[in-house]
Amino acid sequence: MSESTPTAADARRVAQLARDRVRFEEEALQLSDQVYRVARRLVGSREEADDLVQQAYERAFRSWQSYTPGTNMRAWLLRILTNLNIDKGRRQQRSPQTTSLDDAGDYFLYNKLEAATAEENLDEERVLEKLSQDSIVEALADVPHDFRDTIVLVDIGEFSYADAAQILDVPIGTVMSRLHRGRRILKKNLADRTVTA
Amino acid sequence: MNAQLDPCDKCEEMMQPYLDGTLSDREVAEAEQHLGRCKWCAKRYRFEERLRRYVRVELSEAMPPELKAKLAALRTSLQL
Repeated sequence: MSESTPTAADARRVAQLARDRVRFEEEALQLSDQVYRVARRLVGSREEADDLVQQAYERAFRSWQSYTPGTNMRAWLLRILTNLNIDKGRRQQRSPQTTSLDDAGDYFLYNKLEAATAEENLDEERVLEKLSQDSIVEALADVPHDFRDTIVLVDIGEFSYADAAQILDVPIGTVMSRLHRGRRILKKNLADRTVTA
Repeated sequence: MNAQLDPCDKCEEMMQPYLDGTLSDREVAEAEQHLGRCKWCAKRYRFEERLRRYVRVELSEAMPPELKAKLAALRTSLQL
């Protein structure tokens, strides 16, 4: 045995590293509700979301030293999670075709809902009540995945454009254009489900 | 923004960036001037605001307690 005896400084370093790791893990776990909320809408089922979140945390805990303290840990965790989701091909892709939006502007959903009711001058709260949770879940699931991922991160996860760009590894302009188009597709899907029902 | 658009069409085009807070000051003033006198567009803007909140709430699902327990079990125990 040629190994030298650990010095007191070595022992302090090891202890500090262990404390840093525990602190990292506690902080990451405190964010797990928010991570799950996003994960649940990136995939099609609760089971897939559970697996994805668990795998993301396993990976995050293994590679904790690649996280830079003081940076946005929630975005860092979501970056791991979205990469895992892409790697596994678990995207919930029901409609790979490009949705035609020639006739669907941003007022499209409201116009359709209003036209479908017999009442005049309905206020916006009453119009909103026509949308069920099921129709929203289905309408989002049918948004093509690139657009859906962006909507989920920004509109559900409440990430900034910059954070969403970092998580998805795309330019910020791409986030903005996907968001704009994705929301229109979502509203068109909602109109299709709600008005024709 | 296309200056040839009908005012309501232009207001529709401005809705998402307006609600996202990404319009310039001049564009915000232009949108608000139109919204102040056009109830038709103002109603649609209010609907969009509520819709965004509604979608966020309706699509938010709490993490199952079993998963939370599994994640907690991944922690490293502190052994000093």
